[in-house]
Amino acid sequence: MSRSDVLVDADWVQNHLDDPGVVLVEVDEDTAAYDKGHIRNAIKLDWKKDLQDPVRRDFVDRHGFEQLLSDRGIGNDDTVVLYGGNNNWFAAYAYWYFRLYGHRNVKLLDGGRKKWELESREMVTAVPERARTSYHASEQDSSLRAMRDEVVASIGKRNLVDVRSPDEFTGKLLAPAHLPQEQAQRAGHIPTAKNVPWSKAANDDGTFRGDDELRALYQAEAGLDFGKDTIAYCRIGERSAHTWFVLHELLGQPNVKNYDGSWTEYGSLVGVPIELGEAR
Amino acid sequence: MSAAQQEGPAQQGCGAPAGGAAMPATASGEAVIEGHVTRGGAPVPVGYARLLNDGGEFVAEVPLGDDGGFRFFAAPGTWTVRVLAPGGVNTDETVTADYGHRTAVEVSV
Repeated sequence: MSRSDVLVDADWVQNHLDDPGVVLVEVDEDTAAYDKGHIRNAIKLDWKKDLQDPVRRDFVDRHGFEQLLSDRGIGNDDTVVLYGGNNNWFAAYAYWYFRLYGHRNVKLLDGGRKKWELESREMVTAVPERARTSYHASEQDSSLRAMRDEVVASIGKRNLVDVRSPDEFTGKLLAPAHLPQEQAQRAGHIPTAKNVPWSKAANDDGTFRGDDELRALYQAEAGLDFGKDTIAYCRIGERSAHTWFVLHELLGQPNVKNYDGSWTEYGSLVGVPIELGEAR
Repeated sequence: MSAAQQEGPAQQGCGAPAGGAAMPATASGEAVIEGHVTRGGAPVPVGYARLLNDGGEFVAEVPLGDDGGFRFFAAPGTWTVRVLAPGGVNTDETVTADYGHRTAVEVSV
C-alpha cells in the first residue's frame, strides 16, 4: 500500500469525474454543505443519518451498510473517492468505515472540499442519479476498531495517541472550540496517551504532509514506538480516523485501531483512570 | 438560518457546524470569539476561519457562513483567528477571550 493507492489529488479527480467506475462521495458533518455546492457527479453520505444506528450508539450493521450502498448506486468494484469539509475529518471517518466493511478500492481526495474551494474549482448543485446496485459487504474487520475494554487494557502497554487539540488533551477545553463547551463527562486524557493533534499531520490547505515529515512527527517528536500496536482516539472518532489513515494507510503501520467511542465514551466511564495536564 | 443549521445533533460532533456564526450561541458563560469576513464591504461566503492557541497550535476551523460569519467557543486567553479564502488569502488576527464575553473580530480581506 502506498500513498498513490489511497490518496488522489484534485487534478486526478477533475480528470476522472465522468469515469463510470469512479464514485465521488462527499461526507461532511455540516450536511448542508453538499446542498450548497459539491464536486460534479458527487453523491452525499450523511455520517450520522446514514452511517450510525438510529437507536444504539453504534454503526449501521452489515446488512444496513449493504442496503445503503446499494441504494446509492455504489458497486463492489467501484473506486470510491471520498472528500469532505473540516480537512477531511468525516471523509477519513467514512474511509475507515468503508475499510471496516471490506470495500476494496477507496481513496481520499487530498485536501478535501477545502482545497477544492480555495482553488475556486467548479462546484455544482445538481444531484447525480445512480442506478441501484446489489452491494455485498464483509463482516466488520475488528482489527481496525478498538472498543473500550481493549483501550483500558492498553494503558501503559500500547501506543495510545490522543489526536485532539492540546487544550482538549490537558483538560482546558472539553470539545473543539467551534462547539459549546458544556458537557456531562470529565475532561482530560487516557493515562500514557501521547498528544499528537491530527492537525500536525495536515497542511493549512488540508493536504497531508509528506511521509518523512509524518514519520518524524510520530516517532522523533511524539516518541511513538512503531514496534508496538497503536490505538488512536479523539472525541467521537473522526479526527482519529484521520490519524488512523496517516498511520495505517500512508505510513503502512500494521496494527493501528481507531477507538470511535473516544473521549465522549471514555470520559463518561465510571472508575477508569484519567490524567489531567501535560503528558507524563 | 436554514433548517439544517437549527438541528441540534449536527452540533454535537467534532466537525464543523453548519456554517459560521449562524449557529446559535447558547450558553452565556461561554468565551465566544466571533466575527465576519468581508471583501470591499461584501461578505465572503467561501472560505475558512481557523482558531490557533497562543502556541500557534490549531484548535478549530469552521467554514464561513453565507454572511461571511464565524464563531468559536474558546476559553480565557489569547488566540489567533486565521482566515483562508480563495485567491491565496491567509490573514491572522490576534484576540483575547474570556468567559461571559463575546470577542468580535471583523476581518477585511
